Amino acid sequence: MTTLNIDHVSRWFGNVVAVNDITMTIGPGVTGLLGPNGAGKSTLINMMGGFLAPSTGTVTLDGQQVWRNESIYRHIGLVPEREAMYDFLTGREFVVANAELHGLGAKAAQKALATVEMEYAQDRKIATYSKGMRQRVKMASALVHDPSLLLLDEPFNGMDPRQRMQLMDLLRRMGDEGRTVLFSSHILEEVEQLARHIEVVVAGRHAASGDFRRIRRLMTDRPHRYLVRSSDDRALAAALIADPSTSGIEVDLAEGALRIQAVDFGRFTALLPKVAKDHGIRLLTVSPSDESLESVFSYLVAA
Amino acid sequence: MYDPTVARLTYRALLGRRRALILGALPLLLIAISVVVRGLAGADDQTASDLLGGLALATMVPIIGVIAGTGAIGPEIDDGSVVYLLSKPVKRPTIIFTKLIVAIAVTMVFSAVPTFIAGFILNGNGQQIAVAYTVAALVASIAYAAIFLLLGTVSRHAVVFGLVYALVWEALFGSLVSGARTLSVQQWSLAVAHKVAGGDLVTSDVGLTTATILLAVVTVLATWYAGQKLRTLTLAGEE
Repeated sequence: MTTLNIDHVSRWFGNVVAVNDITMTIGPGVTGLLGPNGAGKSTLINMMGGFLAPSTGTVTLDGQQVWRNESIYRHIGLVPEREAMYDFLTGREFVVANAELHGLGAKAAQKALATVEMEYAQDRKIATYSKGMRQRVKMASALVHDPSLLLLDEPFNGMDPRQRMQLMDLLRRMGDEGRTVLFSSHILEEVEQLARHIEVVVAGRHAASGDFRRIRRLMTDRPHRYLVRSSDDRALAAALIADPSTSGIEVDLAEGALRIQAVDFGRFTALLPKVAKDHGIRLLTVSPSDESLESVFSYLVAA
Repeated sequence: MYDPTVARLTYRALLGRRRALILGALPLLLIAISVVVRGLAGADDQTASDLLGGLALATMVPIIGVIAGTGAIGPEIDDGSVVYLLSKPVKRPTIIFTKLIVAIAVTMVFSAVPTFIAGFILNGNGQQIAVAYTVAALVASIAYAAIFLLLGTVSRHAVVFGLVYALVWEALFGSLVSGARTLSVQQWSLAVAHKVAGGDLVTSDVGLTTATILLAVVTVLATWYAGQKLRTLTLAGEE
């Protein structure tokens, strides 16, 4: 049982606060670290991996300090976001070197290469690998010493859907085996497919923590804003406001459109086309006006 | 203290195609010039000493030192691949020490060996000049590798700073301001060369004892400090 403890950790760079007083505990199983780009996820993962000192607070793995402690890497497997990885080596040479640095041999390397299903390309130079292949070799290098904690920074970036599925299966398996697996992502659907437990970070703050479904519900139940243009805006507005799923409608004369605030996302999306059809109104534009991830997250922070 | 895997990775990175070309170009140039000079002027001790001192020791050795010393770690830190070394239960000073050994070996091979060959071509090692400058190049290789390895660890612009030190400080500033010469790897190594050659052909502004102490202190301090810097190396994310 490996538990990573982040205790009142802050990190600032000059005047910029990248991580602001975050406390969280990451236990066995797969945990998703979710947040928009620039939220401080990488800074946090760098501190978890011992590559950045917290400005205040502590990061410990089963009670042991992570920063300035080389021996901690016997327990940590790290998959960095950055691409660079000794491109002049073959995949096998790279993983063998990683095994040797752990005091292990070619056998451990071969096992790790088999786990990520990269044996077929192991004798090709890394420089010739696709993004997904690189990602898998990075995984192999992180798994070579059978670590109890696996940290992955944006592991699905740039992967095609099939590679993504393979890696998800692998991570799920790692979690089921009782390892502590933490991966960061800015894509909701990725996290949804893989992690039951999530930690949400927004603008350097810990915005939410817990079961994915509960947090997802919070996200979908928030008021949604839509911009709608139709063949008869006023008639559509009158019909929509009669339903409790809509909490407000503004007729924007300048834009020639309706600005609608919906409180029940599911019900509203079913209602809108039905109402239009019943009243013989043609819908010309339906666009969500606050669907950016940032707005979803900032709603979460406020909630 | 020495990790063969780190050494292997460093050698392969250093002797990759492009860098090996640069490392090989200067020694070839030195040998070519020596052949031409010998052909035109015949064997002359003073000419041999001038060429080995001015071109080999003052220019080639520091430049090779910059390429090997900064190249042993700088690119890995720049592109972030050093994370694969640092995320291992290997002591950081061990990583630095190993890289130092590799940088020294590469600098020696690409600077001292051609210096020796050039010396032999120029005057057939008359008055021990070839041997003296070779020893100077060997000694300077150690100090340069240590200094530039440290530079590669602490700065992203290590090559620029290294070349400024090697060419501006050692070559230009050192020839104008006598005080600067006391703090010059080139002069320290010349002091050792002077001891080997004897006579007045190879001279240094620094005494042998001072030179030896400074060489040792600079090498040890630079290596120790690089190890410390690597322990607290921050790998900033790409956010």
